[in-house]
Amino acid sequence: MWAYWQSVPAHWRELPARYRLEGGRCRDCGHKTLPEEKVCPACGSKNIEKVALPRRGKVVNYSVIWNAPRGYEYYTPYVVALIELDDGTRVFSQLTDVHPEEVEEGMEVEMVIRKTRVSGESGLIAYSYKFRPVLK
Amino acid sequence: MRASRKVGIVGWGVYVPKWRIKSEELARGWGRDWNRYAAGIMVEEKSVPGIDEDTFTIAYEASINALKRARLDASKLRAVYVGTESKPYAVKTTATMLIDALGAGGEGRLTTGADYEFACKAGTEAIQSILGLVGSGMIDYGLAVGADTAQGAPGDALEYTASAGGAAYILGPADRSVAVIEASLSHVTDTPDFWRRQHERYPAHTRAFTGEPAYFKHIMTAAKELMSLMGTTPEDYDYAIFHQPNGKFPLRVGTRLGFTPDKIKPGLITPYIGNTYSGSALVGLAAVLDQAKPGERILVVSFGSGAGSDAFHIEVVDGIEEVQDLAPKTMDYVSRKEYVDYTTYARYRRMIRMLHDFSAY
Amino acid sequence: MVYLIGAGLTKVGNHWDKSLRHLAAEAALAALEDASVEDVDYIVVANALSGVINAQENLASYIATHLGMVGTPAVKVEAAGASGGAAIVLAKSLVMSGFANKVLVVGVEKMTDYTSLEDSTSALSTFIDSEYEAFSGGTLESMHAMMMRAYMKKYGVPKEEFSHLPLLMHENASTTPHAQLRFKLKPQSYASSPVIAEPVTMLDLAPISDGAAAVVLSKDVGREGSVEIVSSGQATDTISIYRREDLTQLPSVRAAFKRALEASPDFKPDFYVIHDYSSVMGYVEVEELGLAERGKASLLFSNGEARRDGSTPINPEGGLKARGNPVGATGVYQMAEAFLQITGRAEGWQVPGAKSGLVLSVGGLGANSVVHLVRGV
Repeated sequence: MWAYWQSVPAHWRELPARYRLEGGRCRDCGHKTLPEEKVCPACGSKNIEKVALPRRGKVVNYSVIWNAPRGYEYYTPYVVALIELDDGTRVFSQLTDVHPEEVEEGMEVEMVIRKTRVSGESGLIAYSYKFRPVLK
Repeated sequence: MRASRKVGIVGWGVYVPKWRIKSEELARGWGRDWNRYAAGIMVEEKSVPGIDEDTFTIAYEASINALKRARLDASKLRAVYVGTESKPYAVKTTATMLIDALGAGGEGRLTTGADYEFACKAGTEAIQSILGLVGSGMIDYGLAVGADTAQGAPGDALEYTASAGGAAYILGPADRSVAVIEASLSHVTDTPDFWRRQHERYPAHTRAFTGEPAYFKHIMTAAKELMSLMGTTPEDYDYAIFHQPNGKFPLRVGTRLGFTPDKIKPGLITPYIGNTYSGSALVGLAAVLDQAKPGERILVVSFGSGAGSDAFHIEVVDGIEEVQDLAPKTMDYVSRKEYVDYTTYARYRRMIRMLHDFSAY
Repeated sequence: MVYLIGAGLTKVGNHWDKSLRHLAAEAALAALEDASVEDVDYIVVANALSGVINAQENLASYIATHLGMVGTPAVKVEAAGASGGAAIVLAKSLVMSGFANKVLVVGVEKMTDYTSLEDSTSALSTFIDSEYEAFSGGTLESMHAMMMRAYMKKYGVPKEEFSHLPLLMHENASTTPHAQLRFKLKPQSYASSPVIAEPVTMLDLAPISDGAAAVVLSKDVGREGSVEIVSSGQATDTISIYRREDLTQLPSVRAAFKRALEASPDFKPDFYVIHDYSSVMGYVEVEELGLAERGKASLLFSNGEARRDGSTPINPEGGLKARGNPVGATGVYQMAEAFLQITGRAEGWQVPGAKSGLVLSVGGLGANSVVHLVRGV
């Protein structure tokens, strides 16, 4: 039953990424990642700067989860997706405001902030980015 | 109340969740015949927050939209106030999450923030405070939000109207504004028409007592006093927006004050999405700003149970038409909808629980 | 040179009456007896989830204690599903470096102490990126699902094609005494199997299992009937799948295989023991090992080549799907099974005349892969 209890510091330190999609960009080759890395996975450089990633993209792969992990029982079935942001950066995210049957590859999506993990009645509410079909 | 430096609305935005439940379906959930209720409430359907939505997530999207219209970087915000009666935390200010989510106050987060509570007028409370901070020259830009995921007690009359949504307003110097808030006036008394005790899930209300001694008295007093202060009459206004707990009350109070329905209807959104509580009058105002023209005059009078009303005299100025389309409009959110049945509604509103659903709060 | 000189294993399944210590002792003591060995210089424990499920870390000391081998140096190796394969890499190195003459490798996993499906799902989710995948609601099965979706799209392979692997695995396990799921599958069951993470269904995935397996490694060939670990290769890939280029490939399997072949380029396995956590992963592994063209792995399973009596025997014991998958122990099961195959002691599940084998142990979605090439002496 422990798995639903979100560590407060572990969530707090990821807020720049989870609230504002802030990642890292390699000054040498331009490769971007979420989260920021100390070493560029593309060229090995350690010359990394912070960058705010674009908030729109498209679904390149997805799955509808029926066997939920702890903390997601109430959401089942829900959709997780591999999203390619407008600049090519890839992120993994839950989709929201959409029925599983409506999801398709190539679907245009945009970032929103939603409740992601809630530690019971008394614990932390961890909010994070999710993606939904573009509203307008 | 008038500020020493002129203050106006630099940008506004709303958010309404996509899910809806028809009043008919709510009635069916309790075995009632909607036809007997319909006329008295004049609310077709209400918005329902999704499982992963709450006052903060609503406030966030409304604020993003406001920043788009304001064409302002969030780092310039020096005060963030959120008015709500459905705080995600009883103790931990929603504004703190909003500040970090937006990046208000810049990297150093040099901004103030707090949550306001005054039932449905908490949002206009927030606006008055920002008005004071900007108007006194203490800050240049501030953000005020009114948002709620209202708690409708199961089987209660208010279940038909307690909905979810919110509006955000960025205030700044008049020369950066698209609508100037010329003056504000409030009338507050101890009138216990509706309240929620500390640990209760749902509010209690006093039915007919919420009418004349509460809603009508406070709105009419604030409206009349403000118009007296400004030397105006209902004819001087193009729009009159009131707190809208249902589709009927705003028309009734407006008519009694001397406003014609054509001035009230553009800002009357409750019939489509229900009463967004702290968002109520402010979502109505946003709908009006979405289409207002320079030179038009708006009267906004909110009402919060407990009780009190905040009245505002607003004049639309040049520049508003350039920003109206910079973010989704109120009607874009109103028309983005999908219906749920009572069971799904009960699940989304956490009225039915699983054995172990640690996440469902 | 490093030789396998003994093996022991427990039945794979739901051992309600056995804890980590019971399972480990059963397998280890059997392996030591099989090797005619009383003491070893080092114990390497392979396990993935003892901290998560059983609240037991310091597992090496725990195992040494319950084997009655207090004082023997020991360590736990964790590499998700590749814990077993990686434990053997370590054990091998201890022998090859001269640090130890004899090493006992014990793989043990006790998954059924989590009785709720959500908890098991969460436990397996520790194998994906905790902060940027599991946090957002991702599960290990959902990663396999995305691999399957990408594979189906790229190669135009319909869902039914994935049934061939589970069907063969169950058939093989039905005559394997220590296997968990010893029943054949009806072909029509596949289509109606419950969805776990679309498009992956229950029959695409290995079950939850308890079990322990052990092998003894030695620098001496010992008595007749030993198996040499000829060469090994290992490679990692990104922990998160959203960093991957192409979900229809498992580069770490390819790299591990290549590294293993460097020391032994002409090695020809008589059988392959692959890590079929999911049907699609099994197919891609087969392709990475060069046994089939991309997108065509299913043919090996549907045309009989992968059968025990076929040209390319794969998972003669029933694979993860049907022999079972006590995660951290699986890689040691595979090695113990290869040992039994090559020494002609796999009654009921024997590949006739098998003298050499390839063992592939994989962690996560190909985040960590180990290949061992083994041959009878």
